[in-house]
Amino acid sequence: MGTPTAIGLMYWGRKALDIPTRLPQWDRWLTRLWRPAAVIVALGLLVGGPVFDWVDNLFAASVLCGGLAIGWQLRAYRPALWMTVALLPGTLLLIAELVASPFTKAMNTSTFDNIEGLVLCWAGALLLVARSQAKSLRAEAEARRAAEQEQLTLETQSQTLEYEVGLRTAALARQTDELRATLAELQATQDQLIQSEKMASLGELTAGIAHEIQNPLNFVNNFADVSVELVAELAEERARHTRDRTLEAELLADLKQNLHRIAQHGGRAAGIVRGMLEHSRASTGERQPTDVNALADEYLRLAYHGLRAKDKSFNATLQPALAPGLPLIEAVPGDLGRVLLNLFTNAFYAVQKRQQAGEPGYAPTVRVCTELAGQWVKITVGDNGVGIPAELQTRIFQPFFTTKPSGEGTGLGLSLAHDIVTKGHGGTLSVASAEGQGTEFVLLLPAGKP
Amino acid sequence: MKILVVDDEPDVRLLFEQRFRREIRSGEFAFSFAYSGEEALTFLREHPSEVVLILSDINMPGMSGLELLRHVKQDPLPPPPPLVMMLTAYGDTETHAQAMQLGANDFLTKPVDFGTLKDKLHAITIL
Repeated sequence: MGTPTAIGLMYWGRKALDIPTRLPQWDRWLTRLWRPAAVIVALGLLVGGPVFDWVDNLFAASVLCGGLAIGWQLRAYRPALWMTVALLPGTLLLIAELVASPFTKAMNTSTFDNIEGLVLCWAGALLLVARSQAKSLRAEAEARRAAEQEQLTLETQSQTLEYEVGLRTAALARQTDELRATLAELQATQDQLIQSEKMASLGELTAGIAHEIQNPLNFVNNFADVSVELVAELAEERARHTRDRTLEAELLADLKQNLHRIAQHGGRAAGIVRGMLEHSRASTGERQPTDVNALADEYLRLAYHGLRAKDKSFNATLQPALAPGLPLIEAVPGDLGRVLLNLFTNAFYAVQKRQQAGEPGYAPTVRVCTELAGQWVKITVGDNGVGIPAELQTRIFQPFFTTKPSGEGTGLGLSLAHDIVTKGHGGTLSVASAEGQGTEFVLLLPAGKP
Repeated sequence: MKILVVDDEPDVRLLFEQRFRREIRSGEFAFSFAYSGEEALTFLREHPSEVVLILSDINMPGMSGLELLRHVKQDPLPPPPPLVMMLTAYGDTETHAQAMQLGANDFLTKPVDFGTLKDKLHAITIL
């Protein structure tokens, strides 16, 4: 029966070519075709007969023609073209049958059968081709869509990333600024601490300095007073009837000597004040030819008196061994003095600690040696105090490291000293110590040419 | 009267020799000088029973004046033991107490009032 076949083909073709999407107007007619088809099938079952067969074939042929028309409409779409070609012979044959059937009742059935068979094979084969084409075309379309989707996703992702990178960069820039500000603050604080360490060490010196200045001032006053007495005695002698010339000469000589002494002691006091000012001033870093022996001697006494001013019971033997004729070295006297002061103060502290332990027969001794060692001036500060444990010997030069109880030491002394020696003077500062026995600091400074 | 002056400052000698020039000339006082506690003890040992009075500074490197005081008062030196007067810049009560405890006969603070010192020395000679 032609109609059901045609309708079947039609619906199959409709799905295969996706007619509802491509040709929606035609599709409306196609979906209504089942009504007349149903009528014809019903008629066929109820009535039958050759007239019905002819009508049935006519309907089928019309449907096929419609299919061809659709196929031609969609000829750009390859599978549609194939389907058109597939159905064309079949349709022509059917039309030929319709036209010829009233005239030739007895057609060459076997030839006709052969032609029918061929047409069917043709249609079948080409329809399969069309179907596989449609499949591959759909697959391509699918792949393209997937690729487009992926592209879109990538673009969105890349935009999101750019945005986040922007945010991150801004955050990092903020952090960098904060860090820079903190660093500047820390530098400022460090400078403050170093200055306060200098002030603290100056404070330590005060008692010693006061004592040191007291001495020369006393002499200035005393010699001045004595000179007044001598002048009175001289006047007395001159007023006498018989003047003792020898005595007068003696008195004058003494007067002269006294005035020398006054100048000398006055100079000493002035030198101590100058040294104290240099110590407190932030270092200009200017090097000058410096007498290491004089510096060592002055600061040794300053440190000693400073400690004794705080603790009257303290006593120690001082052993200066200053090599005579030591060349002047290029140094910043205030800075170098501070180094020596720190070493001496530490030495005195160490021997004091050992003395407090109450060892019988212990004689606290602090010695300082200066000597020329090749290209270097070597200053050794040694003591027989409590010593430094081996594991701490590397740490003592670290800033803020101290073994003194809280409030007694800033922990900056040795670290500053180390910086002054190594960075400020191109020298070296090293330590050797045995716990419970004593410590020795060796300071090497380039002798060079002043 | 033989007096031993102990002080690490060398100019102290000049000062005393001038301040007491009349007494030295008249023979009332005879001064000797030591520049450290050790030197003082050596002098005392070498000149037994000569020194009547020791005038000592406290603050000296090595043996302090207080230690010297202790030695003088406690060591068995040939009699009579000399009087000891401390002359020192440290005028605090602690040092004063310590000196007195060790047997000091007097305690004077620097700068020395030579007038007072002269009076005290004269007072000793009268004794």
